Amino acid sequence: MLIKVIGSEGSCDSCETTMENLKIAVAEMGLDAQIEKITDLVEIVKLGIMTAPAILIDDLVLFPGQVPSVKQIKKTLAKLV
Amino acid sequence: MWQFIQNQILGMKWLKDLVYRICEQLFGTTASGVGAYVAFFIYDMIKIFTLLCVLVYVISFIQSYFPPDRTKRLLGPLGGLKGRIAAALLGTLTPFCSCSSIPIFMGFVSAELPLGMCFSFLISSPMVDLGSLVLLTSVFGPSIAILYVILGLVIAVAGGSIIQTLQMEDQVADFIKLTDQQKSLRTLKMDLSDRLVYAWTQLAATISRVWVYILLGVAIGALIHNQVPAALVVKLLGKDSPFAVVLAALLGIPMYADIFGTIPVAEALLAKGAMTGVLLSFMMAVTTLSLPSVIMLSKVVKRKLLAVFIAICTLGILCTGYLFNFLQPLLYSL
Repeated sequence: MLIKVIGSEGSCDSCETTMENLKIAVAEMGLDAQIEKITDLVEIVKLGIMTAPAILIDDLVLFPGQVPSVKQIKKTLAKLV
Repeated sequence: MWQFIQNQILGMKWLKDLVYRICEQLFGTTASGVGAYVAFFIYDMIKIFTLLCVLVYVISFIQSYFPPDRTKRLLGPLGGLKGRIAAALLGTLTPFCSCSSIPIFMGFVSAELPLGMCFSFLISSPMVDLGSLVLLTSVFGPSIAILYVILGLVIAVAGGSIIQTLQMEDQVADFIKLTDQQKSLRTLKMDLSDRLVYAWTQLAATISRVWVYILLGVAIGALIHNQVPAALVVKLLGKDSPFAVVLAALLGIPMYADIFGTIPVAEALLAKGAMTGVLLSFMMAVTTLSLPSVIMLSKVVKRKLLAVFIAICTLGILCTGYLFNFLQPLLYSL
């Protein structure tokens, strides 16, 4: 599974936190996932995403504009896999 | 009834009485010296943070029903003046910072919404929101707050119309237009508990972003409240100072702050006799245009369009200032 974390360059505190929480959640769930970070504005627009931070799995946007907690991420990922 | 809401609920007069009474006991007096600072600081901090928490929570909850994708779909079939009015109105429901409205703006442009509509959205988004309506009511009263919001929407619609008329489609950065037409992305449905969690996380994120500005704003407000003589404020920002609006706008435009941070400064200056229009144009300038947001926008639109955008906002801010100054005697007698 490829999980992308979307964050804009300027205010990336929030996407750092999202990234960390996601890593913890994935590790705790023992998922086999590759995590990639996208901060390039052009890339983000190309993906069609309008709110950062966000988590993208295939064509599914999770937590747009939010910094989800480890618990929230685990709950949502559990529904998906 | 309105008076009660404005004074006791939004203005929290009861809290002021309480804080000042306690500080009087502790410091002997709140008319001058340390007591005056502490009392102003504590009262204003509690008031602003309470309003901030309630407002951001409620607005974020409403916002969860209007994510950018939905806004884009709602605006899609519209066009012309009607489309620009809708875009300006939906702009009032978006996040509080102009930095977060720029990616949404880019999404609209790449979805090939008319440029005028995109700009109506971009102007109204930081300039007016439900929060500013409530906050301005607490300081200036309902008639001024409502007129401010209406004027903000008029500027947004007019600005969008001007940009539409100028046909500046070629002034958008090429990479936005080159993006292959949006594959449509999916999102998960939110239930009520998701929305409440969303509102909560938005509140936490907003507080962590703006508390510094509020602290700074209240500190400046306390300083003005206790140190700056009213005569000086009247001289610089009062009715006999014809260029005060221009000065306020020029000072406010490059600044990046939040409307919550400007409230205590405006409040303190108002009490010392500054004109309403001067304060409103300052607040509008601070929230609408800022150096970080202009730099961000400059990556997205070309120089000519950026200049037109800044000119429209500046002109709108100046008009607002002078109009409120002109109407001041009338508005306060309502």
